[in-house]
Amino acid sequence: MAELQAVIGLEVHAQLLTRSKMFCGCRAEYLGLPPNSNTCPTCLGLPGALPVINRRAVEMTIQTALALGCRIPEFSKFDRKNYFYPDLPKGYQISQYDLPLSLGGHLEFEVDGERRSCGITRVHLEEDAGTLHHAGEIHTAKFSLVDLNRAGVPLMEIVGEPDLRSPREAPQYLRALRQLLLHLGVNDGNMEQGSLRCDANISLRPRGQRELGVKVEVKNMNSFRSLEAALEFEVRRQSAVIESGGTVHQETRGWSEVEQATVSQRSKEEAQDYRYFPEPDLPPLQVSRDLVERLRGALPEPPLRLRDRLRDQHQLGEEQAALITERPQDAAYFEAMVAAGAPPRSAANWQLGPLQALCKDAKLDIEHSPVPAVELAALVRMVEAGEVSGTTGREVLVEAFAMGRSPVDLIRERGLIQVSDAAQMQAWVDGAILQLPKAAADFRSGNDRALGPLVGAVRKASGGVANPDLASRLLRERLGRGGG
Amino acid sequence: MSLLDLSISELGRGLRAREFSSVELAGEALGRAESLDGRLGSFLRTTPELALEQARAADRRLADEADPPALCGIPIGHKDVLCTRGVETTAGSRILEGFRPPYDATVVARLARDGAVVVGKMNCDEFAMGSSNENSGFQPTVNPWDEERVPGGSSGGSAAAVAARLTVAALGTDTGGSVRLPASFCGVVGVKPSYGRVSRYGVIAFASSLDQVGPLAKTVEDAQLVLSCIAGPDRRDSTTSPAPVSDLAGALREGVRGLRLGIPREYVEAGLEDGIKAVFESACRWLEAEGAELVEVSLPSTEYALAAYYVIAPAEVSSNLARMDGIRFGPGEPQAPSLLEAYELARNRGFGPEVRRRVALGTFVLSSGYYDAYYLRAQKVRTLVAQDFSRVFERVDALISPTAPTPAFRLGERTHDPLAMYATDALTLPANLAGISGLSVPAGFTAGLPVGVQVLGPYLGEAMCLRVGAAVERAADVWRRVPAGFDG
Amino acid sequence: MVAHLSRLARLGLTDAEMEAILPQLRAILAAVDRLQEADVSGVDATAQIGGLYDVMRDDQVDPGLTAEEALANAPSHEAGLLRVPAIQ
Repeated sequence: MAELQAVIGLEVHAQLLTRSKMFCGCRAEYLGLPPNSNTCPTCLGLPGALPVINRRAVEMTIQTALALGCRIPEFSKFDRKNYFYPDLPKGYQISQYDLPLSLGGHLEFEVDGERRSCGITRVHLEEDAGTLHHAGEIHTAKFSLVDLNRAGVPLMEIVGEPDLRSPREAPQYLRALRQLLLHLGVNDGNMEQGSLRCDANISLRPRGQRELGVKVEVKNMNSFRSLEAALEFEVRRQSAVIESGGTVHQETRGWSEVEQATVSQRSKEEAQDYRYFPEPDLPPLQVSRDLVERLRGALPEPPLRLRDRLRDQHQLGEEQAALITERPQDAAYFEAMVAAGAPPRSAANWQLGPLQALCKDAKLDIEHSPVPAVELAALVRMVEAGEVSGTTGREVLVEAFAMGRSPVDLIRERGLIQVSDAAQMQAWVDGAILQLPKAAADFRSGNDRALGPLVGAVRKASGGVANPDLASRLLRERLGRGGG
Repeated sequence: MSLLDLSISELGRGLRAREFSSVELAGEALGRAESLDGRLGSFLRTTPELALEQARAADRRLADEADPPALCGIPIGHKDVLCTRGVETTAGSRILEGFRPPYDATVVARLARDGAVVVGKMNCDEFAMGSSNENSGFQPTVNPWDEERVPGGSSGGSAAAVAARLTVAALGTDTGGSVRLPASFCGVVGVKPSYGRVSRYGVIAFASSLDQVGPLAKTVEDAQLVLSCIAGPDRRDSTTSPAPVSDLAGALREGVRGLRLGIPREYVEAGLEDGIKAVFESACRWLEAEGAELVEVSLPSTEYALAAYYVIAPAEVSSNLARMDGIRFGPGEPQAPSLLEAYELARNRGFGPEVRRRVALGTFVLSSGYYDAYYLRAQKVRTLVAQDFSRVFERVDALISPTAPTPAFRLGERTHDPLAMYATDALTLPANLAGISGLSVPAGFTAGLPVGVQVLGPYLGEAMCLRVGAAVERAADVWRRVPAGFDG
Repeated sequence: MVAHLSRLARLGLTDAEMEAILPQLRAILAAVDRLQEADVSGVDATAQIGGLYDVMRDDQVDPGLTAEEALANAPSHEAGLLRVPAIQ
């Protein structure tokens, strides 16, 4: 039998970062609110209530579609997808069926540094459902509980073509898509909390065969890791079925994090028949070419291009460039530091190292950092010029971050600017040699490690402002080991 | 003689002259409902506390304001498909028993804004599906002109209560004739505005692309006053027309001289009862005498309209009623052993036979494999029906016809034959498919039963309908007749 | 057919109810079949009257219902959540 090849396509649902819901004025931000406190007659599906389209959600969807190179047809409409479920208040979801907002694009992504492209079938707009909770254990609970705070949140669906050929490609595709959405500012990329969700379709076929195998839909993957793990599991499972002469059933399976396996979701008693028809409560959309061009004009630089540009322009390392362009606010911070005169590589190091750690601990986004890019750039410049040591700089940054102060101001207030004056330094150096005669002797006789304590003593005597590089040079000269 | 026999403008003069107060007027309406509605069944519930509160406020406005709105202090009834904040709203269905909406329909809010006084919620066919009011989940309404007969549906409670002078005016909804048909059967005026002229926000949906709210009233002018209050764009209903509302009051006085009125051949050539034909022909003669030119026109797609309607309306209703699941409102079946049973028990107990039939039918025509043959095809036929009207409105100003092929029929006569019941709407439902304006105005009687004439105008042609309707009303001169047993 | 429709629409029809409704649905469908005679070649479908397009609202938050109002009509709720028989 020929070797089996996986054929994978992803369907990604992304909640849009609008202020209000898709079809009503309730808040789109629902996390942390008391249950059922973010509803109105429309999203509660009360009799008589009607939907009204959120213009911003339509624009965000078109903009995303444009960034994916999709076509924006002039005519689009909403349809009703009919099915009963307690988290779906109206008994239908307003979605888009045969005339979505956009069709036919592609997404570029990288696997092991190699560039790939995956087709995008369509990007369309719909509304999210509510959330279900189970009273007690899911399998023994007598009741389920419904919270409709999320019902009606704008949800953009990005349907990918089945162009992926291995489970390894899937998380890379999703990472690139997530990064794009972050750069567009349309989604927060939070997979754990479900504002970005991914389902996968996977089938196997003998390599070289054109027809596709039987497709299985896999759901419930809420991280890049579980996406890859679920698909790897499916490849093994389906291969085993095929190789033992069986047939794969078309079904929906859910990824179980606990079992590290996909589990068949109880087969429905009848095939779903969604009975789509045009939503009579909403007039169709005629997307003007002016709007399309305006949105196209406002597109940010594509993330991969931004990465390459920053890498080449500033001689950044591959990984450094990738990290600094992960999110648009990272790239913006970096570019602001460079613009303020910080040497690019150091700027990147300071940002990705100490600053990011501080932000993470404080649970603050970099765009809200108490030390803005200009201030950090000034600090980096001082370190680079030898006016403060790296160690002092890092210590001051921690304090400045905590106090919401300018690091440079703190350095000046505390007189931490390094002393490089030779006469003053000479006195401290002599003092250190007298203070640590053994270390001085050891160093003189060739023990390099003895220099550390001597430099420390100089620093201590100076109250931390002695330039350590100058101190070690003077100590070497003094102890007869100058000139290397 | 009752105050309720007076027209809105007559009542308005009395209210402004302090001959009587709004509280007294509401009290009289509620008193009549109390003593007489046991026979009619036109109210699902009266709202005395709300009425008293609104009437008191109206009396203050009448005293304080130099120019209070025409409807200030006027008693009005709301068909029970209209959501009224804090007041039980059932749409005539057991599945909504006990439902108190937390919000007002736009039309309800607009009438309240103008000072109208809500006296109650009017009975109707369940979710407005029916032509006789016999499909109410609670009680049938009977016709005040003959209590053995139906009032027409689905706004039968609204029409019967206006005819019997239990309220001055009422709102109904018209999806296939549900305002015009009961208006004709009960001898009152009923207006079906163009689709999008009146907001549907807060109107419990039957068929979203066909539903329109319209007034039922004793006179064309009364209907116009209510329509002028409720018509116009609403940001909560995306299907309302942004066009400003034309001068509807002015239209009433213009007369029909010089108008070309079309008589659709397909509406009059077959199936009309003799008594209906006679009343319609006299109406035609009056209009000619008033200076209108009558011409015969053809609407060739009429023969397919009923079929298209009975695909589109059930399809939409099957989806619109999916929210009736007993989870967020309604009695529900929360103790059912499984989720599926909770849905099925709640819906089986809550829905009457006609609703089940239409939901099943609508589910079928939308289901996979049948959509193109039924739903899509019906929508194309809908285009043909609309094109028929556009074509004739290039030649004529309005169309006239009987509103229904028969007068009010007997209770129970058509309940076991859905198709015979559906045919009752044959002359009214094409206007809903096309979204045009229309009304029914009383033009006479046959064997003691009222007969209405239907006037159809172009899209947003309400003023034209009212203009022609007012001419028929003047010539017929029947609006002050009160059904026996309800006079005085 | 009726059993399928009853399930799809959650009508929960009993055997007797299905037996009663079947001939009615057949009769209605037979009447509705009149549609097949209409010549609709080249005719566009009409989903809506009025010719409106692009009716949208600005992305603004409006006050909604309190949790109490949202639950006021619910037949069963617990700790602010709507209660339904378990989903399994």
